[in-house]
Formats: sequence, structure tokens, C-alpha cells
Amino acid sequence: MPYVPPEQRIKDLSDFAHKGIARGKSVVGLEYADGVLFIAENPSATLHKISEIYDRIAFAGVGKYSEFEDLRISGVRHADLRGYSYGRDDVRARDLANAYSQALSTIFTQQMKPYEVEILVGEAGEDPGDNEIYHVLFDGTVTDEHGHVAIGGHAEELSNAVQGAYQPGWDLGTAVREAVKALSTAEGREIEAEQVEAGVLDRTRQQRRKFRRLGEDEVATILAG
Amino acid sequence: MTEGPRFPPEPSGGPIGANPSFVDLVRRSRPETLPAAAGLTPDVAGPHGTTVVALKFASGVVFGGDRRATEGFTIADEKMEKVFAADDLSVIAIAGAAGQAIEIVKLFQLELEHYEKITGDRLSLEGKANRLAQMIRGNLPMAIQGLVVVPLFGGFDERREEGRIFYYDATGGRWEEDDYHSTGSGGRAARSSLKKRWRPGLDRDQALQVAMEALVDASQEDAATGGPDPTRGIFPTVVVVTSEGAESVGEDELRNTYERVIGGGS
Repeated sequence: MPYVPPEQRIKDLSDFAHKGIARGKSVVGLEYADGVLFIAENPSATLHKISEIYDRIAFAGVGKYSEFEDLRISGVRHADLRGYSYGRDDVRARDLANAYSQALSTIFTQQMKPYEVEILVGEAGEDPGDNEIYHVLFDGTVTDEHGHVAIGGHAEELSNAVQGAYQPGWDLGTAVREAVKALSTAEGREIEAEQVEAGVLDRTRQQRRKFRRLGEDEVATILAG
Repeated sequence: MTEGPRFPPEPSGGPIGANPSFVDLVRRSRPETLPAAAGLTPDVAGPHGTTVVALKFASGVVFGGDRRATEGFTIADEKMEKVFAADDLSVIAIAGAAGQAIEIVKLFQLELEHYEKITGDRLSLEGKANRLAQMIRGNLPMAIQGLVVVPLFGGFDERREEGRIFYYDATGGRWEEDDYHSTGSGGRAARSSLKKRWRPGLDRDQALQVAMEALVDASQEDAATGGPDPTRGIFPTVVVVTSEGAESVGEDELRNTYERVIGGGS
């Protein structure tokens, strides 16, 4: 095998993963008054980009569906097993983000090809200041985000669009409207309610499980308002 | 392999797709934490739960259980819970070796939640009932040693749009009950009561009253079943499941129901 310097190899792998991610859609994650909102353009109503992991933890993935779905399932298993072995309060987003980071880093360096994904792990805290959003890249790089974050094909345009408008303490309606506006700006076309996938971790929910999907009707009502 | 699921995900149980069973996951990665792994004998088994009842009414099912747990001739606990919402639309009630039963309930609740999260769909009521039968069968070695767990399970079936009740034996045998059922040491007395008082199409208040009467009757016939104690604020645990969800009935409503029962109103 010819010698390839590690710098070159890592650059090739990164370029490959970036290209895969750039082909896909984007997801916005942001903190709003009652918790954390994840929102995306998704033509499919059943193949989700945004999902529940645990009581206060949600997941969003972009890139190759089979790969982030794989990560989502591992995350649910990790969380449920933690909660069963210890206690429900001991399942935390930071721990999960670390596990994802380790896994993706191993895959990046040891497997034939890296995963072409980027993921977000969000946790709604007890108080508005205690929310957590972690952004994990295909190579295991993990960053702790505050306020808002965008991942996926048009992450940069999207991030700029959200940045311009973002105010802490938005109510749900404003957050959804502004996020959809930013998605439309980044994509350069109008995004309709039926193409929006949205999920929230809402700390005001009475149930133990704080995750809730916003249905198409609900999104349509919010966007019309 | 003792710590958590591995990343990247290990190949799942079946030939393709992710295995949505939490019990299988625990068995693979943390087998020592499963209830059956402890190797208990009846001598160290701890308290026993006693009477639980289940009945259908017009818009769903009502499940109730007394609050007493016994260890031999001693009352171990006067405030034990034996009826639990299994998820949003189903309920499980247990009689038998209390520690074991509560572990099985906890696992069963996680099994339903895990399935829902992995697959994105809720199990059908039939599917939940079958899964519970398999879990009880898994407990059979313990049952032979005397640690018998016999649950009642029920809930609102979204496909049929009605309440349904299932009962089990220690071997995991599963039967569907049309009207009402009860189990545990006071189960026989409770069933006599239900037989006289239950009728089709009860409304919610009537159903609560019938359940309360059955539990009061059981407590009068069976030493191991605790009756309601209004002075100490001890009332049966009652969970009602309708298409709206599973709801635990509050103390005030139970107190009113109890007063109607002893007041002799109908």
C-alpha cells in the first residue's frame, strides 16, 4: 500500500463526509421560552430527522438516513439502559454526546468510510438557563451550543439567517415562524407547513416525557398566525 | 461486556432491523440486573401484595388494588401501590411476591416505552398483552420456587375502540376477560362482589363504586387485604384508562366514592 500521510488521509475522509452532508437537508436547533426546539425541512412525514431519546433529551440528525438512524437507536438504548441501571435523572445529554463523540471518532479513524452525518443532542433543563445543546460532527468533534445552531447542507446560510433574528425567550410560535423563515431563506424558496418537521422538549409538559412532535396542523396554524 | 450498549451499534437480535425489545437488550448487556438473576428463595422474598380488581365500563377500564402488603402474619406495608399505568393507554395490576412483581412492572413499562421510541409506533394492546405473557413466562423458575407473580393487564384498544382486560397465570398463560376479573388472596371475595354489582355500560362513577365495593368486601373476608382507612387517608390505588389516557384517581374522588359505598347509596 502506498504511503499516505495522515494529514492527507484525514482531509480526504473529511471532504468525503462533508460532501455527503452537503447533499442533504438542514436542521435548526434553538432554545425558546419553554425548552428546546428542533426544526427541519423534511418531505417525509414518517422518516424522521428529529426524535425522542429520553425524558428530557431529543436527537436530530442530518446526512445519510441509515447512519443517523443507527446513532439514534444506539442513543435510545444507551439512555434506557442508563436509566434502568441507575435512575431516570442520571440520564444526561452530556453523557450521551460524549458517547456519540467517541463512537463517531472511532468510526472516522477505523472504518472504511466515515459516517456522513452531523447530529444534535438537546436537553431541556429545569430552568430556562439550564438547557443544553450539543453538536457532534462526523469525526467526533463535539461542541456545546448556546441559543441556536444549524447543521446540514446549508448550515452556514441557515446559521446566519437565524443569527440575524434570534432573541432569547421566544415563545413557541415565534420560534417556529422565525426558524421556518430562516430555512426558507437558506434554501432560497418558500417552505410549506407540510414540509416542516418539528419537535420540542417542553419543560412545561406535565408528563415525565417532555418530547413532543408538532403535527402538520399545528405547524400550519402557527405559520398562519 | 458489562457496560452499556456498544457504539457502533452491535448487530441486533434478528437478521435485519433493530430489535425493539428492552428486555432483550438488558439480557444481552446487563443480565445481572434482571429480576430472575437474583436466585431468591421464598424465605428471603419479602412482602406479598394481595387483592387487585379490574372491570370494564362504558368508556374503558377501571383497575384497583388494596394497599396492604404482608410478610407471613405481619403487615409489611399499608401504603403499597399495586396498580400502575404501563403507558398512556394501558394499566397493570399485580398480586404476589411484591419485590419481584414491581421489578416486572418496571421492566414492562420500559419495554413499552423502548419499543415506542425505537420503532416510532406504539404497540397494539394485543401486542402488549402478549409481551407481558412472555415476560411472566421468563419468571417461571422463580414461580416454581414460590415467587409467583400474577398480573392483571388492560387498557384502551385504539383499533377496536374499547377497553379490554387480560389475566394471567404463573406460567404466562393469558386469557382475555369480557367483563371483570380479580386476583390475589382476596380475589375470590372481590369476584363475588363484582359478580353481583357489575353490569354492562357502567359510567365512570358507578365503575369506581363497584371497584371500591369489591375491594372493601375483599378486605372484610381476607386478612391479607387492607380496607380503606379514611382517618389515615389510605384508599385503594385506582387507575382509569379511556381513549383520553391513563389517569390515577385522586384521593378526594376516592374518599367520595368510599363514602357512597358505606352510605349504601347506589
